[in-house]
This record gives sequence, C-alpha cells and structure tokens, in this order.
Amino acid sequence: MLRLIAQRLQSWLNLPGETGAVLPALAVMLGAALLAFVFIAFFAGPVTWWERRVAGRVMSRIGPNRVGPQGVLQWLADGLKSFLKEDIVPAAADRPLFLFAPYLFFGGYMATFVVLPFGAHLVATDLSVGLLYLIAISGLVVVGILMAGWGSNNKWALFGGIRSAAQLVSYEIPSAFSLLAVVLATGTLSMQGIVRAQGGWPWEWLLFRNPLLFGMFFVSFAASLAENNRTPFDLPEGESELVAGYHVEYSGMRFLWFMFAEWGNLWVIASLATVGFLGGWQIPGVRPEVIDQSTGWAFAGWQALSFLVFAGKASMLVLFAIQIRWTLPRLRVDQMMIVCWKYLVPLALLGSAGVLVLVALVPEGSPVDWFLRAVSLGLGLWLIIAYVRKARAAYLADREPYRRLEGKDPWYPPYRLP
Amino acid sequence: MRFDAAVVAVFLLTALGIVGAAMALGRLVRPNRPDPIKNQTYECGERPIGSGWFSFNPRFYQLALLFLIFDVEIALTWPVAAVVRSWVAGGRGVVAVVEILLFLAVLVAALAWLWGRGDLDWIRELGTLPPPGKDGERGDDA
Repeated sequence: MLRLIAQRLQSWLNLPGETGAVLPALAVMLGAALLAFVFIAFFAGPVTWWERRVAGRVMSRIGPNRVGPQGVLQWLADGLKSFLKEDIVPAAADRPLFLFAPYLFFGGYMATFVVLPFGAHLVATDLSVGLLYLIAISGLVVVGILMAGWGSNNKWALFGGIRSAAQLVSYEIPSAFSLLAVVLATGTLSMQGIVRAQGGWPWEWLLFRNPLLFGMFFVSFAASLAENNRTPFDLPEGESELVAGYHVEYSGMRFLWFMFAEWGNLWVIASLATVGFLGGWQIPGVRPEVIDQSTGWAFAGWQALSFLVFAGKASMLVLFAIQIRWTLPRLRVDQMMIVCWKYLVPLALLGSAGVLVLVALVPEGSPVDWFLRAVSLGLGLWLIIAYVRKARAAYLADREPYRRLEGKDPWYPPYRLP
Repeated sequence: MRFDAAVVAVFLLTALGIVGAAMALGRLVRPNRPDPIKNQTYECGERPIGSGWFSFNPRFYQLALLFLIFDVEIALTWPVAAVVRSWVAGGRGVVAVVEILLFLAVLVAALAWLWGRGDLDWIRELGTLPPPGKDGERGDDA
C-alpha cells in the first residue's frame, strides 16, 4: 500500500528514477508512522476511560464521569495533567538509563504497527516474516523495562523490572509455540498471508478449523495477556507488594509513555489474536480478490468496510481482556511460573504437533476436515451458550438483593465475567 | 526488502522523535524545582536503606537460560513450519512432519528433564540457597 502511494507520488511530482524515489517514499513512511501514532493516541486514550468505566460497573461504582459527557474526555485531562507535571529524576538513579527507558519502551511498541494489518490493504508494509518480526521487535520492550527497573536504583523498581523480564521471556515460549500452529495451518509468516488463508465466515476462521487450533487460541491469548503484564499476570506491577513495579520512580510525561504503550498494547494483543485466529479483516461473503480488483471509490469503500470488520472483532477482544482484568485475582509468582512452564508450554507443544499431523493427514475440504470444523464450531457455540446462561443466572441471583438495597434493577448485561 | 527495512526504521525513529518532542515541549511548560528530599529514592516514605542495586535471585538467571534455549529452537522451527504446507502438497510431507516432530520431541525431552530436575519449581528448599547477606543484600526474597 505504502509502496503504491510512494510510486504515485513520485510520478505525480515527476521525479526521475532510483534517487527520485527516495524522497516521496520517506515522506509516505513518515506520514504512515504519524498516522499510526494518531491511531494509538485515539485508541489508548479512550480505552483507559472505557476500562475505568467497565471497572466501575464491575465494582458497583460509577467510574470517571465528570470530564465531558459521561467522562469521555477524561483521557485528555489526564494527558494534559501529566504534561504539566514536574519530571522528577531521583538523585540516586542512573540518569541516562532512567531518561532513555521510556523511549525504548514506546519505540518497541510502536514498531509493531509496521506489520499490523488494519484492513484489506491497510498495512504499512506486509513483511514476509511479519509474525516473527512482531515477536522479535516486542523484545525491545523488555529492554526498556529492564533499563527502567535497573536505572531507577529503587528496590521496588528493580524487582518489578526483573520480574517483568522473567515473565515476558517465559510467556514468549507458549505464545510463540501456539502461533507456530497458526503458521503450520496457513503455511506463511506474513500477516496478510495468514488473513488471506482464512475466510470471512466463522467456519473459515482458523479458530474453528479444528479443535486443536481452538485450544491454541486460548493458550495464545493467555500468553499475550501475560506478555503485556495484564491481570491475572500483572505481578510486575502488583500494587500491594511492589507499589508500581518498574515505573515507580517515574512521574509526569515520562510515566505517561509507559501507560500509553501499555494500554495501546491491548490493540496489539487483540489484533494478533484477530489476525491469527479470527479471520482478520475478511468480510463475510466477499473474496479478497474482489477487493484487489476494485478501483476508485469501490476500493476505498472495501478498505473502510474491512477496517470496520477488523476493528469490531478486535474491540470485542479488548472488552474481553478488560473483563478478565477486573474479574480474576492476581496470580502468585510461583503460580505464574507453574502456569507458564507446566501447563501452557506442554499444551502449546502438543497442540502444534497435533496441528502438524492434521495438516499433513487431512486435506482441506475432505469429509474429515468438515467434521473437525463442525466439532470446533460446536465447541465454540457451546462456550457462548454456557457463557450467556451463566451470566444470566448470576444476574438473576443478584437482582433481588440489589433491588432491595438500591430500589432499582442492576445494570444488564452484567459486566463481570460469570 | 530495502523498502521494508526503511519502513521499520522510520517507524522506530518516529516513535523516538515523538517521545523526544513531547518531552522537549513539556520542558517549556512544566515546573522544575529539584529538592534533595524530593529526589530521594522512593521507599514508601521511609528513609531508603542501602542502594537499590543489590544482587538478586539467581532463579531469574536460570529462567533466562531456559528461555534462550527455547527461543533458539523457535527460531529454527518457524521457517520449516512455514513450508510444511507446500511440502505436503508436493508429496514430501513425510519428511517435513518427521523433521518437526523429531525436533519437538527433543524439546519435550528437554522440558521433561528440567521438570524432573526441579528447575521449573519456583519454591525450592531453603537449604540449597545461599544465606542472606548483610545490609540490603537479600538472597531469598523474590
């Protein structure tokens, strides 16, 4: 997409040859990077407000509702406040490390947006090793965390940083092995290739390709939640024991960059799961070739529609992650390691081995293939029905006492996970 | 290829630039009043005891080693995984499948060995740990 725009720009400006191609290309890339930043800002900001509102509902309180209608502008106020706050550097800290850590943290986060597809052609550049790149570049975040933890010269920060690094590297193993199953089933590492190997309808998604991939989705999602230090895996920040973890000494704007990347990372988690398992931007009933061949306004329309499909799926996953955060308690550090090494890693290893055998033995479209899809669709349906029934039962159980207490019915549907 | 690398570089540099620009702009509007008490290391209001830089638990070191081994194996498995489908279509599926399964079997064996050795346990017997050192140097606290 970017390459195409750069070529158009070059021919429009009438610049010759190889050297003439550099300037428009750089301009287009810069534009894309700034656009990605604007997207991150307009996602991460409101999501903090959204998360706090959902948390309020879960805890039977209101949440921020003062700035703007229903408090939607809360994130702007928070940002402005952080901007005006003093930037304190502890006297004992290692100054260069302390000052540079947020740069790496945010840089490593933003570089993942190079390969994240937002729509049929809405991707900065579709690297042929996209999935591997995504996993590799997020390693920069670990470096940032370690720098912040060590550079602060603070015991809380050091423990938070080291814990966080240990957790990130541990959970990268199940995450990578469960994505290995995706690579096996699609035969490509490029993000767009993975999306194109699936289809628009649920039975064409990798999630419902076979029961093993269905299980791998949950392993992968749990591992990516842990990689982002979100509850139930948020030990690095455990307020009750470590105060705040690696960013305990940070204040003002420098602190904001950590929070910014952390909330923005929700989008990365959700997109990764959407691309890998939920069919990405594929519109039901529309083949991707139709989008490729359309021109002019039809092309733009398809892009917008595919973006809406993608954003819809990703937002559902974001809401799911938020619900998990406010429903489940935090794990203990030894439990966290047990969950990773004794459950998720063997599961992911077995799962990818099983997917490998299925890929080799079951050709696509054979009766066995359809049987496996039906089984996993059934599993998914059963999960959804069980979820709704459980949620409704919990709601009905809570309704009577709540009405007696407050004189009105509680919020429906309940935000808490059943 | 060059184009892709350039995109990555531009994204990274833009991120650094944005953070830098925001910090620089903020300098104009935010107060800067350092104070020896304010710049003290934060330890919940207590006077900090010792430096924050102390030797910490070697378990983290073992984890890092474990991760390194597994990550190298991941890097070696992924390229093979990417071509399995085309090999299966070309009738050479057995080779790829056996290859990856063998590789995974080695991994599983390694994991089982570590499990049996007790390297995956977070809580170990206290006797095997070095005794806690003096001022601020703790060996057993995670």
